[in-house]
Amino acid sequence: MQCRRDSATLGAMDAALDPILTRFRSVSPACDYWTLRVVATREERLAVRQDVPEPVARSQGLGAMITVVVDGGVGYGATSDLTADGLRHAAGEARDWARLSARLPLADSAPLPRLGGSGHYASPVADPWDDVPAADMLAWLAATASRLRAGEQIVDWATALYHRAQQVLLADADGHAIEQQFSWIAPTLRAVASDGTMAESRTVGGANAVRQGGLEQLDALGFPDQADRVGEEALALLAAPPCPNGVTDLLLMPSQMVLQIHESIGHPLELDRILGDERNYAGTSFVTPEMFGSYRYGSELLNVTFDPQRPEQAISYGWDDDGTPAERLHLIRDGILQRPLGGTLSQARSGLPGTANSRACDWNRPPIDRMANLNVEPGTTPFSELVKGIEYGVLMDTNRSWSIDDSRNKFQFGCEFGRVIRDGEVGEVVRDCNYRGVSADFWRNLAAVGDADNFEILGVLNCGKGEPNQAVFVGHASPACLFSGVDVFSETS
Amino acid sequence: MNARTRFDALADALLAETPTDEVLMLGYYAEASDFVRLNHARVRQAGHVSQRELRLELVTGARHASTDLQLQGDLEADLAMARGELAALRTLLPELPEDPYLDYAETVNDSESVIIGTLGDRVNWLDSVADCAGDLDLVGLLASGTQAHGFANSLGQRNWHAADSFNFDWSLHGADNRAVKGRYAGSDWQPAELAARIAVARARLDALARPPVTPVTGNHRAYLAPSALGEIMGLLGWGGFSLKALRTGQSPLQRLADGKLTLSSNVSLEEARQGSPAPGFSGVGYLLPPSVTLVDGGRFGDALTGPRSGREYGMPVNARMEMPEALAMAPGELPEADVLATLGDGLYLSDLWYCNYSDRNSCRITGMSRYACFVVAGGELVAPLAPMRFDASVYDLLGGGLEGVTREREWLVDASSYGQRSTSAQRLPGILVDGFPLTL
Repeated sequence: MQCRRDSATLGAMDAALDPILTRFRSVSPACDYWTLRVVATREERLAVRQDVPEPVARSQGLGAMITVVVDGGVGYGATSDLTADGLRHAAGEARDWARLSARLPLADSAPLPRLGGSGHYASPVADPWDDVPAADMLAWLAATASRLRAGEQIVDWATALYHRAQQVLLADADGHAIEQQFSWIAPTLRAVASDGTMAESRTVGGANAVRQGGLEQLDALGFPDQADRVGEEALALLAAPPCPNGVTDLLLMPSQMVLQIHESIGHPLELDRILGDERNYAGTSFVTPEMFGSYRYGSELLNVTFDPQRPEQAISYGWDDDGTPAERLHLIRDGILQRPLGGTLSQARSGLPGTANSRACDWNRPPIDRMANLNVEPGTTPFSELVKGIEYGVLMDTNRSWSIDDSRNKFQFGCEFGRVIRDGEVGEVVRDCNYRGVSADFWRNLAAVGDADNFEILGVLNCGKGEPNQAVFVGHASPACLFSGVDVFSETS
Repeated sequence: MNARTRFDALADALLAETPTDEVLMLGYYAEASDFVRLNHARVRQAGHVSQRELRLELVTGARHASTDLQLQGDLEADLAMARGELAALRTLLPELPEDPYLDYAETVNDSESVIIGTLGDRVNWLDSVADCAGDLDLVGLLASGTQAHGFANSLGQRNWHAADSFNFDWSLHGADNRAVKGRYAGSDWQPAELAARIAVARARLDALARPPVTPVTGNHRAYLAPSALGEIMGLLGWGGFSLKALRTGQSPLQRLADGKLTLSSNVSLEEARQGSPAPGFSGVGYLLPPSVTLVDGGRFGDALTGPRSGREYGMPVNARMEMPEALAMAPGELPEADVLATLGDGLYLSDLWYCNYSDRNSCRITGMSRYACFVVAGGELVAPLAPMRFDASVYDLLGGGLEGVTREREWLVDASSYGQRSTSAQRLPGILVDGFPLTL
């Protein structure tokens, strides 16, 4: 394939960020400690809708956040002006805010975490995005899009590929420097069927699938092979009856487990929520500090890990944005809550153990506790056995709606696609699939966990949190899981 | 060099170099904002963000592509970067197919608006918080600074919108994290106004100290304060009024737009940009109309039409994106002071939270109660409402179930700040509803 180097900014991604660090060191402020975090990002989105290519949209960002500790306070200054004057000015803003914040410090705040060393991390990339010209990629998207139109009732159909490359340099006053390079890819296949009275959609990827790496990851994310199925299932939904109502067994496929893990395990375990930082925006948590080590979060089949070491998963990294080395840890083991998702600062504030999950969405926002890779570990039950074990229930696939209370307890989720299961056999397609429950009870009804053969590595592209707001990618992996006694329903039944 | 001077210098240089067989559009955004994050009325994180972005959209014939750049600060270096990106776009365009839906403003319409505010200073902000809420558990974010939006094209058009503004979005928390929401946004920071708002919230916090009540699931009479209604309207904005969504059958308001259903005749919605903090021009140079009627007396009005959909479906452009940025609902006749007495027995919902569609075809929305919600009996707030889930169709809430609309409206400035501070706002009344379904 022809190598694509048609963007002048590609060089910026490959360029060392060291000159910015060198420049900053020459103007760094007098203070107790500082960090410099430089982030360079390049994105491209290619899409085809209804066989018409959408405009090619590219972006590139480059900026720096300077964090200063002085006189007992911490402040930050972030700027896209990376001249010596710009960096000096940002450092001055950080120092001013550090001194001001010391006037009214959060009672339980602790000093800024310090980098413990230097190092390098890079996403493994076999087939680089830049190796394929945009025109070839658009032709591929167009050919795939045509497969989505499975019938006349498909009224809208689209394919898209999104790529983000990012380089992060984190350095400090003690001479440490950590450099990390990431490459992400996220595909979308979507078809909408309508008969003029209602519309049903079917999606693969979209906001619920992202991986680290290059084009070699697309196959595992269903692109382009799932295109025919997407169109056909959209049509099937249009002809399908609504999801039955009742309390029954619920078999969630990995593309819905992503959301279930995210909302009712990930967010409640974020330590900054437990400490109250998020109460004005993303909310608090039903989890309290005394629960760690003893609380039964789920059935004994539930094992949840913080795992930054799966190379292809979205948020694998060597260090978080505080410079804390990342390692795989169990958050829930055999159903018992072990530790929260909290970075070094939150750990110091709370006295609880945590994880290396202090993350910022970009150079212009400060790190806070986030999910990274948060996974339900596979069990031992083959998918066929999961189904065989269900006398009557509903299978649900692909999230389409999510809502949960601000302590992450009462939830209601909706899925694009469902099937009734009777006597161990998968039956008819059903539409408008919803279920609701309470996090504190739901996971205790986990009745079976799929094995490694149906374990899928997916993710979320739009996890929002923080003040000021930050949207980040999150990795989630899970097998299909069976829950008993769940309230499932369709609003149109 | 200030933001305007910088933008003009970039535009002058780049547009002068544009060949006559090309159209170049430049979009500019600059922001210099302070962010003070508070927990327990103390500083959790504080800092300053200064950012500048330039969008380059290059058109040759019916081919086009765009690049967004973060500007680095040195004018010559920024120009060199922009020229490099334009060269890359010129290499790319011949490889791309023609775009049948390419649309941009071809008539020159200049505009300029500048709002100069009084934003206070950092010491005053912290002193105000300490003085008014030092003994309270206040959580929130104060964002304050200047935002500027610019547009220029090689046809000769220039647009500029700059505004100083602050947005202090906060909540006071009491027993078991039961909380009162507060907001203070504008361009003229007045510590006395903040103090007054915190005093009102403090008084409401006392009412939340009583044990919460969990009502039975099922239908209830309810009053939705403007902020609660704002959550529902915010969700409706995602696809509800979009021309593209409507023409492909995906709008949750499809049945309204198709004339199969109506809302109450007391419901009139408008995209009312007059006085809105958002710029009045689009990213491809269209000046946006000051008003678009979305719902008129319960019947669907005009869809919001962006440039691409406008070209595809042959409709005039009236929106930047196909979602409201300045949604206003017409007031009704119910005095706010009479709300509790008119409600009698039911629910007082100050805020809703995390709304999403449970059935788009029926415009059914599920969500949670949040903040200072109360059970009302005999026209009095008798107990805080435990967090409750609802699931209701907008066709019921704003249709047959709508009993009243308040005479007063609230100006709700969006506090969101993903990437950059939002310039969206809503002007909404409260509504009285019979048949608000609690489900969990």
